[in-house]
Amino acid sequence: MKLDEFFVTGEPLIYGGMVAIVLVTSAIIFLLTYFKKWKWLWREWLTTVDHKKIGIMYILSALAMLFRGGMDALMMRTQLAVPDLNFLSAQHYDEIFTTHGTVMIIFMAMPFLIGLMNIVVPLQIGARDFAFPFVNALSFWSFFFGALLFNVSFVIGGSPDAGWTSYTPLSGAALSPGPGQNFYLMGLQLAGIGTLATGINLMVTILKMRAPGMKMFKMPIFTWSSLITCFIIIFAFPILTVALALLTIDRIFGSQFFTLTGEGLPMMWANLFWMWGHPEVYIVVLPAFGIFSEVIATFAHKRIFGYSAMVWSIIIIAGLSFLVWVHHFFTMGAGAFVNSVFSVSTMLIAVPTGVKIFNWLGTLHKSKIEFSTAMLWALSFIPSFVIGGVTGVMLGMAAADYQFHNSYFLVAHFHYVLIAGTVFACFAGLTYWYPKMFGHKLNERLGKWSFWLFLIGFHVCFLPQYFIGLDGMPRRIFHIGPEWFTLNFLSTIGAFGMGIGFAIFVYNIYYSFRYSKRETTGDAWGGRTLEWATPTPVPPYNFATLPEVNNIDAFMEMKEKGETTFDEKKLQPIHMPSNSGKPFIMMAILFFASFALVFEWITLAAIGLAGGLIMMIIRSFDYDEGYHFSVNEIKQIEQSRRGLDHE
Amino acid sequence: MEHKTKRIPVKHIIGFILSLALTIVAAWAALGSDLPKGWVITGIMVLAVIQAAIQLFMFMHMTESASGNGHIPWNMMFHGFVIVAIVVAGSLFTMSYGFGHHHNDSPAHQQQHGEHMHD
Amino acid sequence: MSEQNFSSGPLEYQTEQSRLNILGFWIFLAAELALFSTLFATYAVLSGRTADAPAPFELFEPTSTLIMTFLLLTSSFTCGIAVHEMRNGSKKGLLTWLIVTLLLGFAFLGFEIDEFITYVHEGATLQSSAYWSAFFILAGTHGLHVTLGAGWMILLVIQLMQRGITRVTSRKVFIVSLYWHFLDVVWIFIFTSVYLIGMVM
Repeated sequence: MKLDEFFVTGEPLIYGGMVAIVLVTSAIIFLLTYFKKWKWLWREWLTTVDHKKIGIMYILSALAMLFRGGMDALMMRTQLAVPDLNFLSAQHYDEIFTTHGTVMIIFMAMPFLIGLMNIVVPLQIGARDFAFPFVNALSFWSFFFGALLFNVSFVIGGSPDAGWTSYTPLSGAALSPGPGQNFYLMGLQLAGIGTLATGINLMVTILKMRAPGMKMFKMPIFTWSSLITCFIIIFAFPILTVALALLTIDRIFGSQFFTLTGEGLPMMWANLFWMWGHPEVYIVVLPAFGIFSEVIATFAHKRIFGYSAMVWSIIIIAGLSFLVWVHHFFTMGAGAFVNSVFSVSTMLIAVPTGVKIFNWLGTLHKSKIEFSTAMLWALSFIPSFVIGGVTGVMLGMAAADYQFHNSYFLVAHFHYVLIAGTVFACFAGLTYWYPKMFGHKLNERLGKWSFWLFLIGFHVCFLPQYFIGLDGMPRRIFHIGPEWFTLNFLSTIGAFGMGIGFAIFVYNIYYSFRYSKRETTGDAWGGRTLEWATPTPVPPYNFATLPEVNNIDAFMEMKEKGETTFDEKKLQPIHMPSNSGKPFIMMAILFFASFALVFEWITLAAIGLAGGLIMMIIRSFDYDEGYHFSVNEIKQIEQSRRGLDHE
Repeated sequence: MEHKTKRIPVKHIIGFILSLALTIVAAWAALGSDLPKGWVITGIMVLAVIQAAIQLFMFMHMTESASGNGHIPWNMMFHGFVIVAIVVAGSLFTMSYGFGHHHNDSPAHQQQHGEHMHD
Repeated sequence: MSEQNFSSGPLEYQTEQSRLNILGFWIFLAAELALFSTLFATYAVLSGRTADAPAPFELFEPTSTLIMTFLLLTSSFTCGIAVHEMRNGSKKGLLTWLIVTLLLGFAFLGFEIDEFITYVHEGATLQSSAYWSAFFILAGTHGLHVTLGAGWMILLVIQLMQRGITRVTSRKVFIVSLYWHFLDVVWIFIFTSVYLIGMVM
């Protein structure tokens, strides 16, 4: 293979990207070396098995991916602002809408939420870590290297260009030769291992490691939504694993699953993809519902309204999410009966979702609302999400879908659901739990600026797209007709508004790091659930002693009784897992194996896979039992973090 | 709770004999009998489910109380089988049922269909 | 949460971490069900799509299929006996039955590889048609799982020889036994819905 086939050439924008990558990488290497931080990086972060640090790494990576996906979005909107613009070539445009979708769903939304779950769920249920801390590190590195592999495609080998759904036969070997689609397949496969492992890990944690007295129906709503999300992950991700593997085997080893020859069935890919893909939508939206529930209860200063209705509606949504996948391809033409069945099941989902909306409204009713930034995100979510939901019901009608299908109406719908649902929740959750993570709040004034810019930008960007869609503009075209100019231009302005909002959010992280007042208590907002009972910064073992829980607002009860999680009489040594470099090394090896497979270097890939197996064997012989915090060490840590040592 | 398990694993031996017997019955039904195809297919699938249950309950100690895991393994395996049913039956329903239906459409039938659309 | 006394039960359930691991593995098996169900669904939808390759009933051999089934069923039984011996505290019994299980597993794999080679010679390959792609990947994924399970069991035999039956090794043996029985469950469905139905149709 020649060098100019290995690297992507001929695109000035990509050359710019390459220069930026080289500059940023060398700057990071320089800073780490200059400040002698390599050892610190390895010891404190790359080998950590602490759920709080892993969660922070998830969120940082997700923010980087949000930046990458956002840049893709801005480039697309620029291209579509004016009729017949040639800012991007058709090929480059195809690559960008593919990577935008994939990055946002797989490498931004999911890791962002999983990062928040990582940090918050063990704290909310009174656990000292995940059930399997080593596996948790493995999950993170699998996601990280999967994302890295996918993003490398932009400078090496060329990006995938068959859409984030990667429909066959377009994405098959005959019509998309070369490494592009392989990057998609292997990147998702690598990251998928981690997602499944997190699902199992977190489910065991929630089912078995709750504080004494915390029955299932006393768990905070965010924990409930995480548990149900894990359930969906456990049953949906294996389907994706298989679908990706089958397409990989089709492309690299010449099997005939989704081909046009050998009686292959291309639409079987769509069937399998959406059997995972629809539950996936709920994987990214249920935790968001959980976050909003926590934020709304805290800032309405009220117990969440209709707790059990809330829980049951999450469970019903999860069940239904496995029964609606065909609505993504009604136009395949499976026939009126098949389409009708899935049309009905689709509309059923609106019922439990509606119940949740009324629960949030019920919580707000006659409450003293405190308009903090996190609360603003949560409040604006409700009407915005309803617009997305109601247009979803319109799309769910199979007959009408023949008109809406693949138009900008659809594009507007899923952005209304995923941005107002998931992205708003990520911002709300990060702002809300930020003091728990970093020991200081994000600046409220900057936060509100970023909120208003993002919210207004969002509506200006996507509301017009419903109308352009009804006007007949299809998705995934790179030249717009003059008749669609005005609304498209408006939409582009909105997109840049969102971009500025995001930039302010990121600046706020820096600004708050420099200037925000440090937290002295662990309870930054007058919280209701156990995570706020821990001191800030949270000690490595989370809870020195565990309270007895008899209420869904466990911390409210503790505050009333004057209890803390530091009861000197009950102190006992705490067992901790040892840090390990194995997860990082194992996933780095699998990264090279996958990279080799992308270029179809079979021998190298086999060597890499063997390396991965050897790492698993080494792990099997690892009998490390961890270490203990002694009672004295716990006392010291708790007294200094609770400000008790001066008395 | 029993302190020491029995010397002779009665449960395992019964399970093993049952699974051999069920396999032979299934093989006979499929290869040796003259029963109608539909019956054979339904019958041997039922036998397979019974065999799976033997493995899960008699060999894998799925409901063992000493595990401290209560009904969770049972619950997850049950939902796993529900997903199996959805994925397999759902794929067949979506990918084969509708298309089979269309392929068999006679021209007259299609015309009728067309008229319905104008209604 | 109810405080239960685990110290009198089987060794593999005695530590908190062991109970968590065993539960986690059950949940993993539930995920494996979803994984195999996708392969079964693909096989079912693509059945009959043999293109120019031979039809399955022309190639399937009732005798060897039955032998494979009996081998795997017996290995599942012997694996159960191994756990039974472990609970009686007999390291020798445990190792003996684990090794018998391994031998049966390898015999099964031998038959499967031989079967695949025969099919390839008859013109039914991974590449020849959608049906045969689905067949080889479904049966092959199961075979790969058996191979991994066997490799895992070998590692445990070594660890048992090094350390004897401890709380940790007993938990590992119990988990690998769950895996082995589960592969038998999957095989029962492959035997029924691929081979038997393939020969009926």
